[in-house]
Formats: sequence, C-alpha cells, structure tokens
Amino acid sequence: MAMVNLTINNQKVSVEEGRTILDAANKLKIKIPTLCHLDLENIKFVNQSASCRVCVVEVEGRRNLAPSCSTPVSEGMVVTTNSIRCIKARRTMVELLLSNHPKDCLICQKSLDCELQALAAELNIREIKFDGERARHEIDISSQSIVRNMDKCILCRRCETMCNEVQTVHVLSPVNRGFDTFIAPSLNLPMNESTCTFCGQCVAVCPTAALTEVNNISKVWDALNDKTKYVVVQTAPAVRAALGEEFGAEPGTSVTGKMVAGLRKLGFDNVFDTDFAADLTIMEEATEFIHRLQHGGKLPILTSCCPGWVKFFEHQFSDMLDIPSTSKSPHEMFGVIAKTYYANKIGIDPQDMYVVSVMPCLAKKYEAARPELAHDDMQDVDTVITTRELAKMLKEANIDLMSLEDEDFDNPLGESTGASVIFGTTGGVIEAALRTAYEWLTEETLEKVEFHELRGFDGIKEAVIKINDLDVKIAVAHGLGNARRLLEQIRDGKATYHAIEIMACPGGCIGGGGQPYHHGNMAYLQKRMECIYKEDEGKTIRKSHENPYIIKLYEEFLGEPYGEKAHKLLHTHYVKRVKM
Amino acid sequence: MNNYRMHLLVCGGTGCTSSDSLKLVDELKESIEKHGISNEVEVVITGCFGFCEKGPILKVYPDDVFYVTVKPEDAEEIVEEHVIKGRQVERLLYVEPNLKVKLEGQKDLPFYKKQIRIALRNCGFINPEDINECLAADGYQALAKCLCEMSKEEVIETVIKSGLRGRGGGGFPTGLKWKYTSNNASDVKYIICNADEGDPGAFMDRSILEGDPHSVLEAMAIAGYAIGAEHGYIYIRAEYPLAIHRLEIAITQARELGLLGIDILGTGFNFDVELRYGAGAFVCGEETALIHSIEGARGEPSTKPPFPAQCGVWDKPTCVNNVETLANIPPIFLRGADWFRTIGTEKSPGTKVFALAGKVNNVGLVEVPMGTTLREVIYDIGGGIKNNKEFKAVQTGGPSGGCITKENLDIPIDYESLNSIGSMMGSGGMIVMDEDNCMVNIAKYYLEFTKEESCGKCTPCRVGNKRLLEILDKITQGNGTEQDLADLVELGEIIKDTSLCGLGQTAPNPVLSTLHYFYDEYLAHVREKKCPAAVCESLLSYIILPEKCVGCTACAKVCPVPCILGEVKKTHVIDQSKCIKCGACYNTCKFSAIAKR
Repeated sequence: MAMVNLTINNQKVSVEEGRTILDAANKLKIKIPTLCHLDLENIKFVNQSASCRVCVVEVEGRRNLAPSCSTPVSEGMVVTTNSIRCIKARRTMVELLLSNHPKDCLICQKSLDCELQALAAELNIREIKFDGERARHEIDISSQSIVRNMDKCILCRRCETMCNEVQTVHVLSPVNRGFDTFIAPSLNLPMNESTCTFCGQCVAVCPTAALTEVNNISKVWDALNDKTKYVVVQTAPAVRAALGEEFGAEPGTSVTGKMVAGLRKLGFDNVFDTDFAADLTIMEEATEFIHRLQHGGKLPILTSCCPGWVKFFEHQFSDMLDIPSTSKSPHEMFGVIAKTYYANKIGIDPQDMYVVSVMPCLAKKYEAARPELAHDDMQDVDTVITTRELAKMLKEANIDLMSLEDEDFDNPLGESTGASVIFGTTGGVIEAALRTAYEWLTEETLEKVEFHELRGFDGIKEAVIKINDLDVKIAVAHGLGNARRLLEQIRDGKATYHAIEIMACPGGCIGGGGQPYHHGNMAYLQKRMECIYKEDEGKTIRKSHENPYIIKLYEEFLGEPYGEKAHKLLHTHYVKRVKM
Repeated sequence: MNNYRMHLLVCGGTGCTSSDSLKLVDELKESIEKHGISNEVEVVITGCFGFCEKGPILKVYPDDVFYVTVKPEDAEEIVEEHVIKGRQVERLLYVEPNLKVKLEGQKDLPFYKKQIRIALRNCGFINPEDINECLAADGYQALAKCLCEMSKEEVIETVIKSGLRGRGGGGFPTGLKWKYTSNNASDVKYIICNADEGDPGAFMDRSILEGDPHSVLEAMAIAGYAIGAEHGYIYIRAEYPLAIHRLEIAITQARELGLLGIDILGTGFNFDVELRYGAGAFVCGEETALIHSIEGARGEPSTKPPFPAQCGVWDKPTCVNNVETLANIPPIFLRGADWFRTIGTEKSPGTKVFALAGKVNNVGLVEVPMGTTLREVIYDIGGGIKNNKEFKAVQTGGPSGGCITKENLDIPIDYESLNSIGSMMGSGGMIVMDEDNCMVNIAKYYLEFTKEESCGKCTPCRVGNKRLLEILDKITQGNGTEQDLADLVELGEIIKDTSLCGLGQTAPNPVLSTLHYFYDEYLAHVREKKCPAAVCESLLSYIILPEKCVGCTACAKVCPVPCILGEVKKTHVIDQSKCIKCGACYNTCKFSAIAKR
C-alpha cells in the first residue's frame, strides 16, 4: 500500500493511502473530538455519515472546514486541528445539538454513559448561545426490548449503519427532513410492529439515550421484596466476561465468583447459571443433529439459541423455518426446568417461583414474552435484565463488586462445563455441540477439544470436521448481515453445510446489545472473547454430556435427550412473520 | 409532406398553456379549416419564447410578426386579417412602453435585442413533439459528427476547449468532468441529466425540455460516447408533467429513428436514456443526493470524495450534467469550440439563461452572453422596474444566492464576479426587488425555503439554519437586539464553513449578503423597531391620512376588532392600542387614505 505524507499541527506523519485525516491524527496521538464517527474495526464497518461535523479541521487550500473522519489524506496535505476557527465551529456544533436536546442529564438513562454529555464537558460548554425550539416526539415504548426516544437523537446515524449495513435488518432510517428529521422504523411504525429483531446493536452504539433498553430493574426489586415469591436468577455466559467493566475492571476480567456473591447479596433465593442450561441445550441440539444426520432429516441444522436471529429468520427466511433446531434457547430451557424439576425438588409451587435472567442481550427480553415459551400458563422466564441493568442494581444496593470474595453457584442448576461457557462468543455453540456430537458418533474420546478454525472475528467461518467417514461441514456467522449472506447462499443452492451456528450480534453474545457500552472500542470485544476461552480452559469438565448434574437431570426427570418429555419442555416452534 | 406558405407558431410552454394558448391553437385550426386554407397554413405548438410577461405568444413565420397576449377569441381576426389578407393585427403587436410605438418583429423587441439564444435556440421555433422539425433544425447532426468523425478524446478535448462550465450552479468545467469520468475505468458507466430544477422561480431547464427535448438527448448521447457510458438517466421533477410528456415522445421518436438504442447510426455505439422522477426535494439537485435518489435511497448528500466520476450511481463512474449545460453541447460541435469562446467572457464563455422575475416589467426567460451587466438585463431586457418604483436589489442564484445592490449593477455577470460580491450564479434565478421589499423579510423568506428543504443530515444545516431563522423571526417581530445581528453573522459563517453539501454551505448567503448591504435596514428593525419598507407586520402601524379620508366608513365596517372610530363624512382614526394589523382597512379604502408606516 502506498504511503501518503502529510502534516498535522506542524507534525509530519505518513499513513496508508485511503486513510482519513482522523486516522493520521490518531497515529500522531493528536486528539480530534468526534461524535457520529464509529469505527468497528474487527467487523470492518465504519459509520462515516460525517453528519455531526464535530471533527472538522482546517486543510490548507480548502475553502471550508473538512470533516476529518471522512476526508481522505492526500500527499502534502497541511492540516490544523486546533485553530480558533476549528474550536469555535466544533463548539457551535455541540451547542446546536444541545439546543435541540432535553437537558435532563441528571436523571437520564445514559447519564455518565452519554457521549454527548462527555463531549460537552470535554469542550467546556457551559452555555448554549443559539438556543431555540426543540423538536418533540412521542416516546416509543411499544416493544419489550427497546425504548426509542427521538427527543434525544442527534442523528449520528450510527443506529442506521448498524441496522442496515451491519445487520441488514433495515428497520431504522430517517423520516421527514430538515429540523423535523427523526429515526424510525419504516412507515413510522412502532418498534413492536416492525421487523426489528431486537438485537439491540442500535442501542449498543447510540451515543445518547435515544435508543435504550426497556428497563426491568424495578420488576426485579419488586420480586425480591415479595415474600411470597421464590426468586431464582440465572446468568448468561457472556455476562461474567463484561460485568467487571462497569466497576472499573480491565476489559476481559472474569468476575464469575464476584457476580455470584453480588447476586446473593441482592437477595436472590438461588443463584444459578445459564451455562448449566447451555449444556442441556447441547444435549438436545447434538441429539437432534445426529438424528437428522442419521435419518435423512433436513440439513443444515441451524442453532436457535439467539432470539434476535430467530426473529430475523422468521421475517426474512420464513420459507426455511424447518431448518433451525427446535431446541429452545438455554435461558428458556433453564426457566422451564427451574419451574418443573427444581420446583418439585424443593417442594415449591411453580406459580410462586420467579425466574430472572441476566443476559447480555435485549432480544431476550422480547423472547421471554413470546407466548409459546410458556407452560401451564406460566412464562418460562419472568423477567430479563441486561448486564448493564445488573450493574445498576448492584450499584443501587451499594455493592462494590470488585471487592467481593468469589462464591460458587448453587446446585443443581449451577454446575457447568467449559463447553457451555463458550456459548458466550461466536463459534462457541457449534464448538460445544461438536465436542459432544463427535464423541457420540465416534464413541471415542475427543482429545483436542478446541476447534480454532471456528474462533475469531471473521464474519463467516467455515470448517470441515472428519467424524467417522463423514466430512462434516460447519459454518459460523455472527452479525445478521453475515447470516443473511450465508442463508441466501444456502437458499440458492450455492453452499451446503451440515450445521451452522448463527449469532445476531457481532462477536456473539460478548458483543450483545445489553453489554456495557464499548463506545466503539472494539478491543473490548476481543478481550471479552479471550476471557471466555480462558474460562473454558480453566474448567475440569469441558464437554456438555459429561456434566454430572445434566446426566442426573435426564435420569431423574427428562428421560432420553430429544425424547418425549424433552420435546414437550425443551423444544419450540417458529412463526412465519411478514417481510417488509 | 406539405409545403406551407405560412406557419403560426404558438407557445406551448407551461406558462402560455396556462393562459389558454392550446385553446388558441384549436380556434386557429378551426378558422383555417373554415377558410379552406389548411394546406397553406400550419399551426405549430412550440416551446417557450421566453417573453412570459406577454404570453400567450404567437409568431407568424416567415413574416416574423410577433403577437403578444393573444387570446383564443383573437384567432379569427388573425386568420382573416393577417393570414388571408396579409394585414397585421396591430392591436396585438408589442408596444414599447417608453416610446409607445408598436414593434412588429421579434428581433425588434428590446426584450430580445441583447439576447443570444444558444441553449434556447429551438425554443419557440420547432414543434418539440416532432423529431422531423428537430432534424430540420440540425438536430442530431452533432451526434453524427462525433460518432463518425471524432474519437472520444477529440470529443472531450473539444468540450474542454470550448470552456463550457456547468450551468447548474457550480460552474465546474464540463469537459474536465467528462474527462475524469472517462479516465475511471469500468465496464459500466452512466451519464445523468440533472433536471431537478429546484430553485423557486427558475424554469430554464423546464423550458428547454419542453421546447427542445432532443437537444438534451443528443448531448447525453455525445457525453455517453465520450465517457464510455451506454446508459443515461434524466432525473426530472415529477412536477414537470409537460416536460416529462415531451421527453417521453422525444425518446420514443429517437429510438424509432435509431438515434437512441443499439448501434446508433450504424457506428456500433449503443446508448439509451431512462427517466427517473424526483419527488420535489431541492437537495436532490446536489449530485450525490440525486444519485442516492435514483438508487431508491433517501435523497440526501454524502461526502465527496468519492466523486460521482469515481463512484456514482450503482457505484459506477457517473457524469452528472445539468439540462442547460447539455443544451449547449450540440452547437459547440456544429459551430466549433472557437466560435463558442467568442461569446461571453474569457473565464466563462457562452451564454447563460436567467429566469427574470420580481418587480421587473418584462418577466421571462432570457439568454444573454456571459459578461452582460445586470443593468442591461434588468433595464434593457427587463424593461426596468414595475410602476416606476426605485430599484433596491437583485437576488441571483436562487434561494441560496445573495442580494446585489445598485452599486454593483454594472458588474459583468459571470461565475467569479457574482461570487466576489457575495452572490452566485446558481441555476440562474434573478429576482428583482424594489423599495417596497424589506430585506430582512426577504432573507427570512429564502431561509424559510432552505430550512424546509434541508435534508436534515448534518448538524449545521439542520439545526443551525433553524436557529438563524428563529433569530430573523425575532427581529421581524420587533424583539431583536444588536447582539442578534452579530449572532446572525457568526452563526451564518459557521454554517457555511461546516455544512456537508452545497445547500447548507450557501443557505446563509441571503442573510449574510442582506446584512452586509442593508445593515441600516436591520438596525432600524432592532433599534427603532421599525420596518422601513413597511412589510414586517409587527413593526408597522396602519394610520388614516386626514387629508385623504372622506369619512365613507368603509374601513370601520370591515375592521374586525373594531378599532376605527369616526362619524360619517368625518375623518376616521385608528385606535393603535386595539389594532391587530390585519390590513382589512388598508385593502378596503378606495381613497388611499390608509397608510402603512
């Protein structure tokens, strides 16, 4: 790649052709404030709408200021980033945005997590010179997952990039024009009537509180304070790899034991692990896979743990509803087992049991309310809160997570294997399934349990695994755009696989819409991924079918994997939904 | 085919057809039929003559007799008198307003004397719905010449040499645009004709498409040949149904004759044109926004680079040229680049079409050589200010242009000179204002337009222009301060400096230029709370002039408050504390006894 030489603030720098002024400034460690810009390097997407105009700089010979985030460098370019002209323009941009923004920061959902707030502080904005009328919009609280408050939108268009380019869901786009512009689903439909998958990637990148999660904290407090309720909590694999960030821990710090201790302090009657249910999912999914393989069933089998992905294929690939596995997602399996097997075991009326899921995910909130994920007039899971909401609860209760002593999950629904931990990252589910399917099909011990070709951030990963005489073709996609490409290839007959894992969020659950905000720093996802694999390595049991409590569950209660009772409790069906 | 001894050319442009010119055509045909001279005389519906002030226009060819404001009921007299007896219908001739003499020929009219019609050459001359008339007027000759005698490089070189610059507003050299698009290798390229004429008041592109659609199709084919494109799009406003209709006819006829489509003129060159309709968004005149709109995406601009020449419609190299620019192309090839350079100025060769409007006597479409002064356009062609009022300013460049005062009336019009006095060429809107126009109100009017038309993508244009407008509103309401004037300048400059596209980068121009040239008028609004032109409702009072009031009581009867006191046949008085400034009394008084102060 050819290198381009330029000067920024009298310092010389040389960067690859095609790079932006912002990239060159970063290389010199010259900070240019940005707002709409978002560089998701490891999934190779950049929000380059250049709409906020905060990062403007002076370029010699150019009539007007240049947005550094989207202006490519050229040979001999002379750039100034900190002239009065730049600073004044930059401040005015932020002032103009604030002039059309509710200034209720003290009680805002995103207070101290808001990029606009941080920028205003950084630029020392203490008054708004050009104040005026504010645009008013109705708050969209129609869905179980996402709140859309367009009064707080600054039209950075990150959500649009996420929804349309990365996820190819095409729900969010601007409506109206000029000062009346706002972001909405097509036809300005409420979120719950749109084709939104509730993956929450829009929320993950929203710099303000224009898009936030539906907050369920008060529901959980109410349940905890209800003496008639037996409240159990489960935590998803990816939560432990990110929760610490909210308490100042380095990204990638595993806080499993501290999280368990914290949850106990909050007052949950049992602290269980979704990882246990992930092992259970493998038992069902691997059996289903083998069943399809051996009985000429429909292939490829697609994983169904991810509710965003499930809703995506229900809308976009409704002609292919027979290929995903019918297995419920792990937290739903957990819910149903807790309210049957476990409630019975401890002698509690299931109606008095309240199941809370702590998830890295916003779609799980929607999923928990799906009518078919219920039995005996009870939803399998009562309430879902995100990693972020759990952090807020702990802080509300004055619990300093990082100073807690590690504690263990309760049993029997707290024991898990390494296979279940890796559910939290892209490629993990299929790797876990392979560990079990391989041993069951070959009746040999799998010595090397890591499938490295299925790991990492490549959008679509492929591997061929020799099991007996069969070359089993595996594919993994994360991010719904990649999922769409893969599914279209399959639909067009251009690709054939035996099994495919799909996760809606880039990176898998570690990058979920309910995780602590990464603010565009994708190194966070990398660290969380490493944390997950380290957790797996540290486990003595690393294959789901060897989990002693899972074995016991089948012996005492479920019978055979993929058997009649398992079918009734652990499997589901899908709904054909409209494509818009 | 008949050889007619006489043609009656009737304007079929949007303006004249709205004044019943098509009914006139029917009446003429009926009368000709009645007199049994159908094989001698033909009635032709042409494009716009440009002299819209005096429409409908009827021109007798080859006599060159120019009739104005012709009504359907005049048809019989024209046929009986002029066509049959050879006597002019004097009462329908144009009367020169100063000398009060009747002028018979088009060439004699002061409105046309200083015009040189290149882009409008066939408007008002040929029937735009008949390709044979176009061919008889040298249509497609330039295309034939380019395809048969010239290499692509020579074609591009000719356009570069001509010095033709984009007539849509930017003034970028057309030949260079072709060259850049040509240089970007790709199997598929596109040429787009930008017919999204969005400036309020401007209608030259519409007139060209209505009056001479083939000139644009021919030029697009030439451009396609030069840059290596086989596909062309015409992005046209859906509000231009007549232009669309005539383009559709023209495209069909050109295809039938093999002038569009596969293997044009047997040269192996393929080129065809498709229409794409715009939904009437001003910003879609910006080329990246236009391209997004063609693709079916939201019509909003994106950052350049990449330029359309590198990555345009469907991510392919694309050349976007405006209608008027394209209409100049065929004559350049038929008469040569050197000929073109003899017209206009050195840096801006050729002509420019202006839509002359506002407080000027001869409203219409005028095509003048670059370098003509504003004074010539307004006074010689435009016939001066209506009702002998005093000239105050002329606004050029559409809603984001600037206002020019009488001190600069002798500046020769070209891209650079207009920029140097805080305005711009734009697409050629030219709105004349007189002493009755309030410049604060004018600035507000234009900003209201650009604010409404902002796509909403970038912060300065979306929020900044709204804030500018709010300040102007405050001033016209009488609540402004001198600090507001300083704020207008500060914010206006920042909006220009930071906006993403041309719309935002120019939107504050009317504010900044009126502030610059009419600062005293702004000061009067904020200091004395007075609107010197008596336009801003909140700042004016209606008063009854005792010397003129006859005490007819008409004003008191219409006053809705009521706040007008007085007895019959005695002078009336307005109670200012109650007056709501509705203006009902002002509009009712027959004795001009009520004044706005």
